[in-house]
Amino acid sequence: MAQAIELSAEQAHTPPQARGRHGSPWTGLWAVVGKEMADHLSSVRMQILEALILLTAIGVVYAVMQSVRQTVSQDQFVFLRLFTTARDPFPAFVGFLSFLAPLIAIAISFDAINGEFSRRTMSRVLAQPIYRDALLLGKFLAGLFTLSLVLTAIWLLIMGMGILGLGLPPSGEEVARSLIFLVATIFYGGIWLALGMVFSIIFRQPATAALAGLAVWLFFTIFWSMITSLAARTISPVTYGLPEEILRQLQVEQAISRISPNTLYVEATLGILNPAVRSFGILLPSQLEGAIVGAPLPFMQSVLLMWPQLTGLIAATILLFALAYVLFQRQEIRA
Amino acid sequence: MVDVSTKSASIQPQATSGAVLEAVHLSKRYGSAVAVDDLNLTIERGEVFGLLGPNGAGKTTTILMLLGLTEPTSGAVRVLGLDPARDPLAVKARVGYLPDSVGFYDELSARDNLSYIARLNGLPRPLAQQRIVAAVERMGLGEVIDRPVSTFSRGMRQRLGVAELLIKEPEIIIMDEPTLGLDPEAAQSFLKMIRVLKHDGITVLLSSHLLHQVQAVCDRVGLFSHGRMVISGAVADLAQRILGGGYRIVVEASGNPDAIKAALKALPGVKKLDAAERDRFVIVGDHDLRADAATAVVATGGRLVGLDIEAPSLDEIYSAYFKEASNGASN
Repeated sequence: MAQAIELSAEQAHTPPQARGRHGSPWTGLWAVVGKEMADHLSSVRMQILEALILLTAIGVVYAVMQSVRQTVSQDQFVFLRLFTTARDPFPAFVGFLSFLAPLIAIAISFDAINGEFSRRTMSRVLAQPIYRDALLLGKFLAGLFTLSLVLTAIWLLIMGMGILGLGLPPSGEEVARSLIFLVATIFYGGIWLALGMVFSIIFRQPATAALAGLAVWLFFTIFWSMITSLAARTISPVTYGLPEEILRQLQVEQAISRISPNTLYVEATLGILNPAVRSFGILLPSQLEGAIVGAPLPFMQSVLLMWPQLTGLIAATILLFALAYVLFQRQEIRA
Repeated sequence: MVDVSTKSASIQPQATSGAVLEAVHLSKRYGSAVAVDDLNLTIERGEVFGLLGPNGAGKTTTILMLLGLTEPTSGAVRVLGLDPARDPLAVKARVGYLPDSVGFYDELSARDNLSYIARLNGLPRPLAQQRIVAAVERMGLGEVIDRPVSTFSRGMRQRLGVAELLIKEPEIIIMDEPTLGLDPEAAQSFLKMIRVLKHDGITVLLSSHLLHQVQAVCDRVGLFSHGRMVISGAVADLAQRILGGGYRIVVEASGNPDAIKAALKALPGVKKLDAAERDRFVIVGDHDLRADAATAVVATGGRLVGLDIEAPSLDEIYSAYFKEASNGASN
């Protein structure tokens, strides 16, 4: 008995965090992914969103086709025009995606964790031989895969409609450029997916989490551009009207606006889908010396141009997921 | 703490060979609030142990610590010789947990709900399907196996919860308030089912605040109050200790009251005789005195009308203990 007390006292002094744990944290990961994906793909909310995105894709591509047809022979990148051309009354398809992708992502993730609590399934699932890590990552991966599946299907649909409507196959470069655009779109959605998960951990009510996610999205879509110009004027004011001052203010404004995932996404898609784009900032006349305006950049140069934006999107997704991970590990499980 | 059983809590698994579940000086604090305070608990293989006490006494927190779902602030837990904080997967693979008001994915069928759990347990598909069907049949839900759980009643969900436990063939089952919200009939059949589990050799730990409901099914109980297990042991032992005599026997007899009273009082083992009403005598004895009492009544020439034994109820023990405890504090 004396020995027992000694032993337990020693254990009591060891901080619980310092003890290692046995078994892989990914046990059961694919069971979670499979179940969650099946849920997403059969859920009514996903079917509504899929129908919505399908209709916009068909509508936009059909409208764009009318105008693109006339210029097929002169245009080297006619397939990319399917994504980027706006034709009244439709905005460009990339414009649609920049708000449909966040909407799908938030719709998938806003009740990921708190939904388990409100259905009282959380303690039952975590009483199975899995770690919390597997549950959270499984849910995130299932969301990302669902998003990828939907977006890839739409990408294929647009390419297919392009081949049928234009009567010619896409070139290798067009396929490569539009595939990178697809990756950028998936990770742009990934940011909102991870953000939705963070809110689903913080808020116990799914409705609150959904509203919080939509509020952040609206904030970046509508208010961020107003705030950036205001902030740039405060941080770097133009006192004497010198060109250097104006230039610096513009650079500050651009830097601030790039905090928004929307800016990153728009720049990334612009850089990869429009080969004529050679810079996102202000072009000084000295930089344009010797350049032929409107001439396309080679594929690798376009990738290089939008690489910071693409990695920014991926990094933001990972950071937000890490935040969700930390919050979830610290959460008390008792409902 | 009054430990009626003679077993001493020990952390060494080999020291108490039959112990499957041990807690030593286990405490859990949420900030300044103490949820569980210096708990010592040993549960032997194959027994049914009841953690009893009012809501908020620390029963659920204790259970979550035993499963490794919550880190203890201090103290140690051993489940099947393993530490749930270090080896949660091994512990959770062998321990089944039925939370209070168990929830399922309503839109999925009973079969799909259980398949998910089987996959999380890493069971191969054919084996899982076989066990799911067997478990669901055993719980009497065979006909509704493919219906969505949203159509299930509270009692059916509870039984589905037990079916879920059975598919991983656990050595220990922990149930949190299993009879809460069930109608009396469903609660009785649920308790009957716990006896069947015990018969299968499964160790059962259940928590409840409905003392009278679970006392019949528990081999031993531990009474919880404000995070402490204040008293533990078999119900009869507790009655003996707290109520000062385990058996209350009511004798109804007509005849000569004084003669009957004298005869009953003379029986060996009688601690107290109460004859407040005419023809009705209440004996408190240290063992079952019914046969002796009947013989004694008949020997005096009286007519025995009724003979009844009142088993001590946990509610009585609980309130008597706290009366005693508060008296002790005020003295």
